[in-house]
Amino acid sequence: MTTTTKPAAPATAAAPARRPGAGALALRQGRLEITQFLRSRESVVFTMGFPIIMIMIFAAIFRDEIAPGVGYTQYFITGMIATGLMTVSFQNLGIWIPIERDRGVLKRYRGTPMPKWVWFAGKVILVVAIGVAETALLLAVSVALFDLDLPDTAARWLTFGWVSVLGVTACTLCGIAISSLARTARSGSAVVTPVALVLQFISGVFFVFTNLPGWMQQVAALFPLKWMCQGLRAVFLPDSFGAHEPGGSFELGRVALVLALWCVIGLVLCLTTFRWTTRRDG
Amino acid sequence: MDDQLAISVRGLRKAYGDTVAVAGVDLDVHRGEVFALLGPNGAGKTTTVEILEGYRQRDAGEVRVLGVDPAHPDPRHRSRVGIVLQGTGEFDELTVGEVVRHFAGFYPDADDPDKVIERVGLTGKARARTHTLSGGQKRRLDVALGIIGRPELLFLDEPTTGFDPEARREFWELIRDLAAAGTTIVLTTHYLDEAEALADRVGVIAAGRLVEVAPPDRLGNRQEALATVSWRTPDGTPGTAQSATPTALVVELATRFGGEVPGLTVTRPTLEDVYLTMIGRR
Repeated sequence: MTTTTKPAAPATAAAPARRPGAGALALRQGRLEITQFLRSRESVVFTMGFPIIMIMIFAAIFRDEIAPGVGYTQYFITGMIATGLMTVSFQNLGIWIPIERDRGVLKRYRGTPMPKWVWFAGKVILVVAIGVAETALLLAVSVALFDLDLPDTAARWLTFGWVSVLGVTACTLCGIAISSLARTARSGSAVVTPVALVLQFISGVFFVFTNLPGWMQQVAALFPLKWMCQGLRAVFLPDSFGAHEPGGSFELGRVALVLALWCVIGLVLCLTTFRWTTRRDG
Repeated sequence: MDDQLAISVRGLRKAYGDTVAVAGVDLDVHRGEVFALLGPNGAGKTTTVEILEGYRQRDAGEVRVLGVDPAHPDPRHRSRVGIVLQGTGEFDELTVGEVVRHFAGFYPDADDPDKVIERVGLTGKARARTHTLSGGQKRRLDVALGIIGRPELLFLDEPTTGFDPEARREFWELIRDLAAAGTTIVLTTHYLDEAEALADRVGVIAAGRLVEVAPPDRLGNRQEALATVSWRTPDGTPGTAQSATPTALVVELATRFGGEVPGLTVTRPTLEDVYLTMIGRR
């Protein structure tokens, strides 16, 4: 704060200043969401633990090398990172927002002067914080236990960054959008889990993508997860592996394009379908 | 618009498909008044109140809440109105103090969170997670969130449903305190004694219409209603008579019995009697 010779503002003008500014409101909301998340032990264990458990299983099953000097872990870590990011954004929001809507948490917020976007900002801060923590944990475990090679150039880290940001943004927006499909608190996971599971199977998370049937690859190419995995393969696999991709290269331009498109689709769906109250609330 | 009116409603209508929930309600609530909306379930109480709160859109009618059309509430309007909904929004993993402080941040001129927690009698629970609170304590937390922004107008939707008698008495004291401080209060209830204990005026709503609006002791011309005098005749059968002049009748009975009248009672219709007549249940 700067010092000033201005006379003290009259009390009436000073009163609104007691409310935190827009940015501070969003940060408070994010802190509240993170606090709630960290205190519910099940979500912490399952959200943070799932990708780590999966990579451990994969590392135990596939001990070979996918190519000389490149272990299977190096390939599957990309799927696990992408899955982890999708879990914290798409699944987390698609399951929790219906619960909060059903409990009336959203309705209560709507009854306050909180600007609508602050609530969304809080969710985004939550997703980003857990996403970063979970990915870091996954990489640390993989480096320590399975000899994972981290990206060795700034360009690769940069790709890692933008693929993650675009992917998480698309998945967050789609998670918020799909939350409106659930009619009750309990149906959230029934709506979201099959979608996530199918996408994981067809997008090259559990299998080498190019080993999947051609039609399956075509279907997967319509959704963001496949492109997140592909973008991350450009980060963790040698450049020569690009030749094995369906398009003959890692196609980073197309990765950016499809993920950005899904951000737009997700945003439009959010803006047109989001509900603060349950259907029976009218 | 009369500045003395906190709420003004003319010709309010709302239907859900073919079901008419509110069929033409006219209503004025004065500033500083405690107004109770009384009616059976499904009579249109909650729909009416949620239109006033800005949660539901009306089909027709003029509505002003603190001079503003609640169908389009801006944050400034939200900060002047406190809402205590029927369902409790749960923040299971947060403490009472955390929730109240967080909501205080939404308001331009919020009250001191510790003071508000004390006012609703939760000081001893300020550090407790909200899921450890009893039903009555959760309702107090709801009220704390409703009044943290120092509202000019407070809506309470069936605030004491599920309370034990002692908790209700304590809750009534809290409402009386708020009313004494000048807050306009609109509460819905289906407890007649609650309306009688708290309200300056009661509006009885049945089948989507406001049947009558009057102070509780004058509802249905209760104070002018005939008194019922009952006694036991010498042959043991009960005697009963309706009378506009019950004192004269009692004197006459006393003369007839030569002193004490066996089993004598003089009653006027209770609020429950007139209420049940009004909503067509008697």
